[in-house]
Amino acid sequence: MAALVALGALAALLPLFLVLGYVVREGLGAIDLAFFTRDPAPVGQPGGGVRSAIVGTLIIDLMASVIGVTVGVGAGLLLSEYGHHPMAPVVRLVGDVLGGMPAIIMGLVAYQLVVRPMRRFSALAGSVALGFLMIPIVTRSTESALALVPRELREAGMALGLPRWRVIVSVVLPAARDGIVTGALLALARVAGEAAPLLLTAFGNPYLSFDPTRPMDSLPLRLFVYAISPFQEWHAQAWAASLLLVLMILATTLAARWVIRQRI
Amino acid sequence: MLLLAGGVVLAAALTAYHLYAGGSQALRRFGLVGFLTGTRWDPALEMRFGALPFVVGTLLTSFLALALSVLPALAVALFVTEYAPPPLGGVVAYLADLLAAVPSVVYGLWGIFVLVPAVRQGELAVYLWAADRAPWLLPWLGPPAGIGVLSAVLVLAIMIVPFTASVARDAIRQVPVEQREALYALGATRWEVVRTSVLPYARGGIMAGVILALARALGETMAVTMVIGNTHQIPTTLFGPGATMASVIANEFTEAVDDLHLSSLVAVGFCLFLLAVAVHLAARWLLRRLSPGGTAA
Amino acid sequence: MAIPAKAALEAESAAVLVEQAFGAEAADTAAPTLAMEARNVSVYYGQRRALTDVSLGIPARRVTALIGPSGCGKTTFLRVLNRMHDLTRTARVEGTVLLNGEDIYGPRVDPIAIRRRVGMVFQKPVVFPTMNIFDNVAVGLRLAGERRRVVLHEAVERALRQAALWDEVKDRLTAPGLALSGGQQQRLAIARALAVSPEVLLMDEPTSAIDPVGTQRIEDLIAELKHSVTIVIVTHNMQQAARVSDYVGFFLMGELVEFDETERLFSNPRDPRTEAYITGRFG
Repeated sequence: MAALVALGALAALLPLFLVLGYVVREGLGAIDLAFFTRDPAPVGQPGGGVRSAIVGTLIIDLMASVIGVTVGVGAGLLLSEYGHHPMAPVVRLVGDVLGGMPAIIMGLVAYQLVVRPMRRFSALAGSVALGFLMIPIVTRSTESALALVPRELREAGMALGLPRWRVIVSVVLPAARDGIVTGALLALARVAGEAAPLLLTAFGNPYLSFDPTRPMDSLPLRLFVYAISPFQEWHAQAWAASLLLVLMILATTLAARWVIRQRI
Repeated sequence: MLLLAGGVVLAAALTAYHLYAGGSQALRRFGLVGFLTGTRWDPALEMRFGALPFVVGTLLTSFLALALSVLPALAVALFVTEYAPPPLGGVVAYLADLLAAVPSVVYGLWGIFVLVPAVRQGELAVYLWAADRAPWLLPWLGPPAGIGVLSAVLVLAIMIVPFTASVARDAIRQVPVEQREALYALGATRWEVVRTSVLPYARGGIMAGVILALARALGETMAVTMVIGNTHQIPTTLFGPGATMASVIANEFTEAVDDLHLSSLVAVGFCLFLLAVAVHLAARWLLRRLSPGGTAA
Repeated sequence: MAIPAKAALEAESAAVLVEQAFGAEAADTAAPTLAMEARNVSVYYGQRRALTDVSLGIPARRVTALIGPSGCGKTTFLRVLNRMHDLTRTARVEGTVLLNGEDIYGPRVDPIAIRRRVGMVFQKPVVFPTMNIFDNVAVGLRLAGERRRVVLHEAVERALRQAALWDEVKDRLTAPGLALSGGQQQRLAIARALAVSPEVLLMDEPTSAIDPVGTQRIEDLIAELKHSVTIVIVTHNMQQAARVSDYVGFFLMGELVEFDETERLFSNPRDPRTEAYITGRFG
């Protein structure tokens, strides 16, 4: 029986090696300096890179984090510190259900919320979609991080005569800071790879742009466009983009682990 | 701070509202039931939008993928908790979690260029064999093109394994040590202990993991879009093309110019939203029912 | 109790059948033989030595108690007797342990077979929550391959009677195991262990998680059981040891300090450490 279990586990893991193996092999072959420094070239033209996508990913993800982290930490604080507040079970249930939403749904919502009124696709819309996706993840991890703070710490703060909110801001939050940061980083790693919501919101842009009110490119988006195209050249770049994307996500995850290791 | 936390509820409320509002034009036109059971999705000629092909596609691919993924996921969970020596167990657990970290588009890319050609070979072989020995099977198989339902099911199964595995792992780990020891003391082998005590005790948590994987499969967009073929017909064959609710939205949204078309796509999104909520609530209820003796897995 | 006509009790020895026919006293005549014997047993967890060179004999059909302060090695020794340390990766057992003459740590011995002959009851009453009362008791027999319903029913009834639980549960054998009280659950666990007709029953602090009334009933049960099963009980409660046991072994820091008949050890200990412990100066 042990052999069967081991075999099953191997079968489950085999695709991981296959996928990552191909990503590394094909991706390395297509990466060069131009990949990082140039914007996409017109169809059929050689050269060209994904600079606009890399920059776009960073900008959109950063803006998404602002939304996701602020609301998420706020919600996590409510659930952890004010668990008896009448809103708490509502927030918890809603956050839970929201967390199970497919990413594309958030894209649709952001379309209705931002793209429609603005009458154009924009990076802002993309970051709203990704931000909404981040909220439940950050809420959950923040609540866990806060729960780990020993009760004695809070009681010590209260015993000093500080008001409740002050205790939270000055004592509890700093104590849980590492856990919260880790949770935020992991949420970021999770949404950084999403293309579906961006398809409907940020739309993509072959030109380098820093304007959040205009369409913006993103690595997962460009990957998708290139992958389904009929051009060999673009396929190779798609592999390279996937390698870059996987490395970025890996780096974010490792950073999250590093943060949490610092405090231990 | 309450304001911020309220943002969560606000986000959810906006989600539900806008999905409904956006889809309301289509829903008013066809009626919810009519929309869900309509079999014709035609943005070109007839301007009729029935979502049944995509509902069938979503359910078909998700449940098939789920069925494929349960045993390997359980195997991973059991291997890590019961069978592996400690250092190896940790490594395998980490690798299984890594499966979940790979973005959907990357799976899609790999799917198009690596999986589909391989699947096509396999489908061809099966097709030829069936043409020879079991011709009654052919209508169920469909054209062996590689791109199609089978490829989508395979990619989905690979992607959802880590969710079941991770939750099952936690559930199994929480089985108290006395439960195992009491069985060992009766003269049970390791597999007998797993089969008689551990798995039944942890079944609530394991079910939760399975439902979680189902929820992910239902909403998975990019990888599915890239390998499923994207047709408007109800998928009736294993090898042939299909489409899911998520994939049709991704595929057609940016091209849709007609208001009714757009609204129909949003309506599809609304239905997907309802489905996701229903599955989620079912999971919570089931979890409460199946957890033994107050154990919350 | 009438002798069961069926061959269902084929696992029990002839002596037990004699006993059941003619009464317990008839079997209790001369000096008892040894059901198990440990010779120079040491146990290591990695580098740490938990048990040093322990040699003692477990008299058959008697109750042997193992006492000592926390961490003295009594539970470690108990688990040597049914090869439970096999389950711990870092544990290593040295020495010889004889069960009816054969070394249970011998090269070709199957630990699973040993555990069917040497049963164990744990401190926390273990009930399998997804099984009803009947299945909880029958699980050991089913694992051994017994499928015949008649056999299972007879064995379950016998075991529940032996555990003094039959009258309380006979009308609700299909009720979930968790429906019982703590004391009842422990007797259920005892019944489960008895169902496979072991030669020896090991009990690891069986009443420390049970209320006083339940404890009393289990102690009465032990006094009854010893006529058919050899019992080894680990307890941190000296009074309990004095009440239920015939022989006592005192452990301290991984060593067996003294082993003697209960009365003699408690009234006239040979070793000063024993005296210090039983007079409450430590532990």
